Amino acid sequence: MEDVVISVLHRTMVAGTPLLLGTVGEVICERSGILNLGVEGVMSVGAVVAFIVTYTTGNPWLALLAAICAGMLISVLHAFASVTLQANQVVSGLALTMIGLGLSGMLGKPYVGKPLAVKMNDVAIPWLSDIPFVGPLFFKQSPFFYMAIILALAAWFFLERTLPGIKVRSAGENPGATETQGVNVALLRYACVITGGAFSAMAGAHLSTSYSKSWIEGMTAGRGWIVIALTIFSLWNPGKAIMGAFIFGGVFVLQYLLQPLGISPNFLAMLPYVSTLLILLAMSTKDRRKLNAPAQLGEPYKRGER
Amino acid sequence: MRKTKTLEMVNISKSFQGKFANQGINFNISSGEILGLLGENGAGKTTLMNILYGLYQPDSGEIIINGHKVKITSPKDSIHHGIGMVHQHFMLIQNHSVIENIALGYDKTPFFFPKIRIRDKVVEFSKKFNFAIDPYKKVWQLSAGEQQRVEIIKALLNGADLLILDEPTSVLTPQEIKELFRILNDMKAQGHMVILISHKLDEIVDICDRVTVLQKGKIAGHANTAGMDKRSLARMMIGRDVLFNVNREPLPKGERVLKVSNLHVLSDKGIPSVKDVSFDVFANEIFGIAGVAGNGQKELAEAITGIRHIKSGTVFAGKKDITNMSPRRIYDHGVSHVPEERIKFGIAPGLFLYDNAILKQHHLEKFSKKMFLEYGRIKNHTRDLVDSYNVAAHSIDVQIRNLSGGNIQKLILGREISEKPSLLVASHPTYGLDVGATEYLREQLLTRRREGGAVLLFSEDLDEIFELCDRIAVMFQGEFTGILDSSESEKLADIGLMMAGSVRY
Repeated sequence: MEDVVISVLHRTMVAGTPLLLGTVGEVICERSGILNLGVEGVMSVGAVVAFIVTYTTGNPWLALLAAICAGMLISVLHAFASVTLQANQVVSGLALTMIGLGLSGMLGKPYVGKPLAVKMNDVAIPWLSDIPFVGPLFFKQSPFFYMAIILALAAWFFLERTLPGIKVRSAGENPGATETQGVNVALLRYACVITGGAFSAMAGAHLSTSYSKSWIEGMTAGRGWIVIALTIFSLWNPGKAIMGAFIFGGVFVLQYLLQPLGISPNFLAMLPYVSTLLILLAMSTKDRRKLNAPAQLGEPYKRGER
Repeated sequence: MRKTKTLEMVNISKSFQGKFANQGINFNISSGEILGLLGENGAGKTTLMNILYGLYQPDSGEIIINGHKVKITSPKDSIHHGIGMVHQHFMLIQNHSVIENIALGYDKTPFFFPKIRIRDKVVEFSKKFNFAIDPYKKVWQLSAGEQQRVEIIKALLNGADLLILDEPTSVLTPQEIKELFRILNDMKAQGHMVILISHKLDEIVDICDRVTVLQKGKIAGHANTAGMDKRSLARMMIGRDVLFNVNREPLPKGERVLKVSNLHVLSDKGIPSVKDVSFDVFANEIFGIAGVAGNGQKELAEAITGIRHIKSGTVFAGKKDITNMSPRRIYDHGVSHVPEERIKFGIAPGLFLYDNAILKQHHLEKFSKKMFLEYGRIKNHTRDLVDSYNVAAHSIDVQIRNLSGGNIQKLILGREISEKPSLLVASHPTYGLDVGATEYLREQLLTRRREGGAVLLFSEDLDEIFELCDRIAVMFQGEFTGILDSSESEKLADIGLMMAGSVRY
C-alpha cells in the first residue's frame, strides 16, 4: 500500500514540474505588466528543440540549454509587439502560441514516434533519498523537479526581497511613476518577457526529455493554458505557485487512478481543464485588490504620456 | 552642511510651437528661503519648474548653482544637483508599501533586502521632520497628506536641498495644510530651499518669504511677502483688481426645489458611499457641499442627476419624484448639471462647439424638427452663448477640445443655465481654472441665485464655499457632519474639523 501511495505522489510531483516552471515564468512576466498568452507555443518549441538536440547529440543538458535559447528567442516576438509596438497583448500572445505550435509541429515532423536513446535521468540525492517516504518522493526526482523548486523560491526571493524585484513589480503597477524614478520600463519588460519564455521552454524540455521521452505534435496538451490559470490561482506569487502546480499535478495523475473504476477515459482526460475553469470561476468572484493582480497588467504603456 | 546653497535661473525662455511659455525669466533663491511662484493657469509656472527639474530643455538661458553654471538635461542631473520635486499628481505605486515606494526612488537602495535595510534611514528622516508614517502601510491606505509626505521623504532621501512643490495644497484638508507648512518651516530652519507653486494667494502670503509672480510667461514682479497684502498680489498676478468679496445680497428663501430624503448610494466598488443623507434646497439659494474629495460628493451629485443608481431613499424636484429617473428626464424636470470631470462628462471633445452647445437639449423643439436637427437655429444659439458667457473661441466651427479648460467650462455653464433650470448641480465648477475665469463663473452662479434659481454647489475650495453659499453641508465618509447657515460664523470656524469627521453639529 505504501508503495502505491509513494508512486502516486511521485507521479504527482512529475506531472506538476512543467506546470511549476511555466507558472513561475509567467508570474515574472505578468508582474512586469505584460500578459503573455504564448506559453503553450513556447512550451511546444522548447519540447521539440530539446527532443531534437537530445536525439542528435545524446546530451540532454545541451538540449535543455538549446531549448531555453529557443524559448527566449521566440519570446522576443511578443516583447517587441507588446512593449515596442504597444500592440494588444492578448492578440500578440495568441499569435505566439499559434506560431510556436505550428513551428514545433513542422520541425518535429521527422522525429514523431522515434524513441530517445538517452534521457534526463532521475538523480537521487545522497542520504536524503534514504529517508523513508519523504526520500523517494522528493529526493529521487529528475533534475527538472529540483530546478523548478529552486527557481520558484529564487523567483519569490527576487520579486520580494531585492531592488530589481521592486522595480519589476512597480513597472506592472504604474509604469509612468516607475519611469520617473529613473527605471527603463521598456528594457525591464523585455527582460521579463524573455525570462518567462526561458521558463516555458524549460517546461517543454521536461515534457519531451524526461516526462515522456518522445515527441508528438501537440504533446503540451493545453499545459500552457493551465499555467496561465495557475498564475492567477497563485495570486502572482511564485511561492504559492509551488502548491498550485502540484495540486494540478495531482489532478493529472487522478485520471489514471480513476480509470479502473470504469469512468470513461475521455471524460477523465477533461479533468485538468474542468478544474482550471472551476478555479478561474472561483477566483473571478474575488475582489480585484485582494487578488493582487498587477494594476497595469495587459495595458500598453506609452512613454511620456499620462 | 547643505550642498546646494544658492540657485539662480537667468533669462530662461522656452516656447512650444512658436508660442512663448516662458520668456526671459530671472529669479534666485538661497539657503533657508521659501519662494512662492504665483500665477494664473497657463502663466508658465509648471513649465519653468519642469525646466529646472530637467524634464524640459530651455531654448535659452542659464541655471546657476552655487555660482557655477550647470546643465540639467534629465531628472537624474537635477537630483544630482540636490533638486527634488513633488508633482501635483503623486508619482506613487498605490498597491505597494511606503517603504517599497521609497526604495524604488532612492539612489542608494541596496540590491538585497532593500525593505529591511533602508527602514532605519526612512524612520530617521521621518523623525527629523516629525512625520508620523508607518513604512509598511500600502500607499492606497494613506490620506493625500500622508502620500505627500512620502513624496517629500523620497526627495529628501536623495539629498534634495531644493524642494519644488507643485500645487501642494490642492488635495489637502486645512489641518493637513497646516501640517505641511510646519514641515516646510522645519526644512527652512535646517537650511533647505523650497519653491512653492500655487495660485492660492493666502498660502503664498502665509508661508513664503518672497514671491515671484508670473503672468503670461513673463515675470510680472518680485516681492517680499512681509507687509504685502492679498489685493496687491492679485493685481500683480492678473493685472487688475479681483472681486474678493462677491456681493451676495440677502434674499428671502423661495420655495423648495429639491428634497433629498434618506439617500443611500453605492460607489463604483460597491461600497456604501452616501449614507442616509437628507437635505432640502430652496429657490434663491446656493447650497454648498464641502469636504475632502472622495467622501461621497461625487456619488451624491451623480445620484441626484440620474447618472448613478440610488439604492434607497428619494429625490424630489419640486413636487416631482425623480428618483432613479434617466438623466434626460431629470434634466427635463429642471435639474441641470455641471459635472466634475468636464472633459469626460461635460462635453464630447471631438464634436464642434455648436454640437456641444445643445447637448441634452437637442430634442427640444427649438433645435429639432422631427428627426432632424435645425443647424441654423443651433448655430445662432451657440453664437449667443459664446457672446453672453464670454467664451473665447475663434469660431464656433471648431472642435471643442481646442478650447482652454476655462472656456470649455464657461460654455458648459452657459448651456446648463440658459434654459433657466430650477436647480443647477455644479460640481467643482472652478476647479483648475484661473482667477479670471473663476471670478466670472462665480458671478454667474450668483446671478442664477438672484434670478430665482437654486444652485447645489460641490466644492473643495473653502473660499469659494464661504463666498457663495447661503447654507453649507460638510460631507465626511458619506455622511453630513453638519448643515450650517453662513451666518453661524463660530461653527464655521470648525469646518476643517468637520471635514475630518472629528466635530459634528
